[in-house]
Amino acid sequence: MTGTKVATARAAPRRLLGLAAAVLVLAALFAVSLAVGARHIDATTVWQALGHDDGSDDAYIVRALRLPRGILAVLVGAALGLAGALMQALTRNPLADPGLMGVEIGASTAIVTGIAFFGVTAPSGYVWFAFAGALAASVIVYTLGASGRAATPERIVVAGAAVSAALGAFISAVLLLNGQAFDRFRFWVVGSLANRGFDVLWQLAPFILTGAVLALLLGRGLNVLALGEDTGRALGARAGHVRLAGALAVTLLCGAATAAAGPIGFVGLTVPHVARMITGPDNAWVLPYSAVLAPILVLGADVLGRVVVAPGELEVGIVMALVGAPVFIALCRRTRIAQL
Amino acid sequence: MSTHTGPRPISGVVLRPFSLSVRLRPRALLVGLALLAVLTIVGVVTLTTGDYEATVPEVIDALFGGGPPGLDVVVRRFRLPRLLVAIGVGAALGTAGAVFQSITRNPLGSPDVIGFTNGSATGAVLAILLLRATTVEVAAAAVIGGVLSAAAVYLLSYRRGVAGFRLILVGIGVSAMLTSVNTYLLSRASLREAQIAQLWLLGSVNGRSWEHVVPLWASLVVLLPAVLAMSRSLAMLELGADTASALGLWSGKVTLGLLLGGVALTAVATAAAGPIAFVALAAPQIAARLVRSGTPPLLPAALTGAVLLAGADLAGQQLFGSLRLPAGVTTAAVGGIYLIWLLGREWRKGW
Repeated sequence: MTGTKVATARAAPRRLLGLAAAVLVLAALFAVSLAVGARHIDATTVWQALGHDDGSDDAYIVRALRLPRGILAVLVGAALGLAGALMQALTRNPLADPGLMGVEIGASTAIVTGIAFFGVTAPSGYVWFAFAGALAASVIVYTLGASGRAATPERIVVAGAAVSAALGAFISAVLLLNGQAFDRFRFWVVGSLANRGFDVLWQLAPFILTGAVLALLLGRGLNVLALGEDTGRALGARAGHVRLAGALAVTLLCGAATAAAGPIGFVGLTVPHVARMITGPDNAWVLPYSAVLAPILVLGADVLGRVVVAPGELEVGIVMALVGAPVFIALCRRTRIAQL
Repeated sequence: MSTHTGPRPISGVVLRPFSLSVRLRPRALLVGLALLAVLTIVGVVTLTTGDYEATVPEVIDALFGGGPPGLDVVVRRFRLPRLLVAIGVGAALGTAGAVFQSITRNPLGSPDVIGFTNGSATGAVLAILLLRATTVEVAAAAVIGGVLSAAAVYLLSYRRGVAGFRLILVGIGVSAMLTSVNTYLLSRASLREAQIAQLWLLGSVNGRSWEHVVPLWASLVVLLPAVLAMSRSLAMLELGADTASALGLWSGKVTLGLLLGGVALTAVATAAAGPIAFVALAAPQIAARLVRSGTPPLLPAALTGAVLLAGADLAGQQLFGSLRLPAGVTTAAVGGIYLIWLLGREWRKGW
């Protein structure tokens, strides 16, 4: 025990330095995201526009379009990265993505219902439908898989998969019968950050921030959980409490992110693995690293999607997997992989 | 990563005729017989009901070319091939799922893990959208796409042998790329073509004929015994690659053999019915709970898969009146709800 403590203490400054470097990269990327797009705006103009609104087109683009979009990309990325790291630690399963808590499929179900039966058409109207659906589905998954005496990591996984399949069947059936709903849904499901203003941001930021604080506090509890149910209990961890808090954080984070940007799968699944390659399996470090690395991926993909086919745009969900996956595969081949 | 429940004490009766030793588990045997009985009932109902109602003796006559006028065509050309495709595809996917879940020691392990399903979807969507292909060509494109992506995942994760964990991670990466390609293609296609592709992606056994049945069952006759023969080694693999090697198992060779078997089973199923995704995940989990075994059992998983798909297809044809839902949709609904019910029962009993 003391040996590991010494090793951790020695590694800590280096990890802190790495985290600081990642934050700097994110900040630089954020600055770039304000300047780059269908219309290029140079750095001084961006700076002046941020200072005060002079009524010009450039100022409008920077202040009303790119600023909220950039902040949203950072928040959504951090939320998905944290939710993914939490989910993998809770289920001790490398294949678990935040969607497994039922959040994304719940949001999708609610949105399909909204489009097909309640005539919701605008993305701003999707937000609360998505959030309510995410909450409902995750309560079902949690009750089935993570409560009671028999709760094991495997049960959460199976419960999540079962609920996802049943709701997925409902979605497929509705979309099959309602061509108009299918037409709207196929654009939502791609995952995009375009055309979300400050209103969406203000609606969802509180949930993401609450979830993030909760998630970052859970690192040590999750470490003890990782030793296995019995060892954890012997060390005094309350597995049930950690699981409940973790599930709540996943729901807040992933529910808000999905409501804002649609289901973006890749980040939550892969970024925690990359974080683990850097830090090792210690969740107290995996969580903050995931929270910074994931926004780099999301924001980077969003900027790239605006540049490659300008003046058109590729959705962030697509760019991310196409660019991120090869990098991820290369990392998997090179690095010694820290297992969960 | 070992997410299965711990090892259980050996139960059942051990028979040792000559030098073989066979363990008979009464519960597994009973479950198997019960599943066969349910499958028979589902089969009989499928053959006798529909737009042309008939009695059991009439259907038996019709199978041999007799019976009331017209019934022999309905039964022999439409209902029987459809039923046989559903049973064959269900059994293939159930077995493949059990194999993958055992190799990866992960309840989420499925042909999806090594990119097969998403690869076959990419192949089919490309064929539908760009080549305007016929049904047979779409099936061929799907199998080619699936096999190519599975091979890519295997080769990309090869580094002095294939470690299970790296295989999973590389599979995640490749699957993510393929999924985003599919989503992109669907969002850029015309609504009509996107709908055709979406329908194929759901998977269905509607309108299947003998030209689907024959290759499917011929492959099953070869593949199922081969995979079952390797399943003894599977039990050792579940102890972990290191332990298995210590027990004298050449785990790399067995893993490759089983992966090939699983991929081949998935490929013939996809060619016949499209990617019916949930069977491979649910059937082994349901079977493991019915047999009360900690690991997914192969033969019960095959039977569960067959019952699940044939039963769900029947439900899709009958329950919603004139509305006919494809088997891919009803299977996910029936399987998902049944699995939820099983979990709920475990939860109440505190297992």
